[in-house]
Amino acid sequence: MKYIMLICETAQNFESRKTAGPDPYIAAWRAYHKALVAAGAYVGGAPLKDVATATTVRLKDGRRHVQDGPFAEAKEQLGGFIIVDVPSLDAALEWAARCPAAATGAVEVRPVDVGYHDTYDEP
Amino acid sequence: MEDAHGTVEAVARASYGRLLAYLSSETRDVAGAEDALSDALVAALTSWPRDGVPRQPESWLLTAARHRLIDQARRRRVRDDHEGTLQRLADESAATEAERGAFPDRRAELLFVCAHPAIEPGLHTPLMLQIVLGVDAARIAQAFLVPPATMGQRLVRAKRKIREAGIPFEVPQERELPERLDAVLEAIYAAYDLGRDEAAGIDARAQGLGDEAVWLARVIRERLPEEPEARGLLALMLFCEARRAARRTSDGRFVPLSEQDPAAWSSPAIREAEAELGAAARMGRVGRFQLEAAIQSVHVDRAQTGRTDWEAIAGFYEHLVRLAPTLGARVAQAAALAEARGTGAGLAVLDTIDRAAVSTYQPFWAVRAHLLRQAGEADGAAEAYDRAIGLTEDPATRRFLLERRG
Repeated sequence: MKYIMLICETAQNFESRKTAGPDPYIAAWRAYHKALVAAGAYVGGAPLKDVATATTVRLKDGRRHVQDGPFAEAKEQLGGFIIVDVPSLDAALEWAARCPAAATGAVEVRPVDVGYHDTYDEP
Repeated sequence: MEDAHGTVEAVARASYGRLLAYLSSETRDVAGAEDALSDALVAALTSWPRDGVPRQPESWLLTAARHRLIDQARRRRVRDDHEGTLQRLADESAATEAERGAFPDRRAELLFVCAHPAIEPGLHTPLMLQIVLGVDAARIAQAFLVPPATMGQRLVRAKRKIREAGIPFEVPQERELPERLDAVLEAIYAAYDLGRDEAAGIDARAQGLGDEAVWLARVIRERLPEEPEARGLLALMLFCEARRAARRTSDGRFVPLSEQDPAAWSSPAIREAEAELGAAARMGRVGRFQLEAAIQSVHVDRAQTGRTDWEAIAGFYEHLVRLAPTLGARVAQAAALAEARGTGAGLAVLDTIDRAAVSTYQPFWAVRAHLLRQAGEADGAAEAYDRAIGLTEDPATRRFLLERRG
């Protein structure tokens, strides 16, 4: 089954990405990614730039409302996502717990809604 | 008033399992007994501060809970025939016996219910933690890494199954005992393992469950003193507990066994463990837990001799792998052989393990990384360290491995 892991990171986590030298958080991420791929669980994913780069769009009464910033302000912000293909929710949660961001931020795990995908994929 | 509250708490902590085991063995309805006992505890919280703590607090709780059970059974009578249950509950002689505080200890029976083959194996340990020790579902869920509501539902379903399928509250007959006892010991050990952070990479999400698991091991060993594996399991856990304080530095860093200071180990726990293991060995029936305890016994010998007899440890692991070829035993055997006969011998054992089986098994990669580093194979070591780090959940262990990787 496919699950998406939505990775919420702290401001400090985002800062780590800018560190020039070796950083334990980044090193842990590199290793985590390797382990996911080697175990055959990794489907895809991407890290995101920090929340100051976010722009949110809403359409209200036919007019575009373009707003600087994320759609929800919170202490932790979406820092990336990973899609895994694993046998069960329990296996997905195991991977979420190993994620370096789980110790400082949070990892939200949700099953990918495959049935829904089919309905809009083939009109 | 404060005193009465404290007494309720103390009695609940010390006697919860015994009270619940006794109540549920009468009705086979664990959930009902839990409700009745918690009602009785609530009643105690109001009545003891007002009227004083009864002379036999446990008997008071038992009587109060029994009355709740009778009420429950009466209410159900309209739908079902619970005449038998009602009669057993209302049985005067049993009630008087309980009044004297002489109610029998049925916790061992309850452990056999929790680890019954009709119950899904994954639920054996959670059931024991909740039913016998009163650990709440949220804490169990945390240890097993599932949402609290999911764990709650699973436990409720299992308790319903216990009642509806008529799982007997008894210690099995001799013919079935070895296999059934195995399931009980496995589940207790799994509870212990959750709270353990001995080998590199075991996470610490359930610290504190270790104490609870030792209690369970004591219950079963006290009831079945002639079963060497029950003593072996208790010995194994006590050896590990003895080293608990030495496993972390004051700032939370992980300390591997080989770097631990034996002076920080607990001698009373080691003495008790040695006595249990010795008694088990004299019964002449070797088993998995006795072998694992024997390995730990060799490790703690370092406190006396200043060295570790790795050849002896490797020998015990070889026996263990023949008995139960688990991944954990094979990886540990490799580590021991490397110490006894050089890294090549350890790596050779690791090479016999199927790579697909270890793709998410952290200890394999941690040991492989360690051995490759010793063998001077820097690239291979870095690769294996990465796999181990990526599979690690505990931040302290991750930090330890990152430092080793360099």
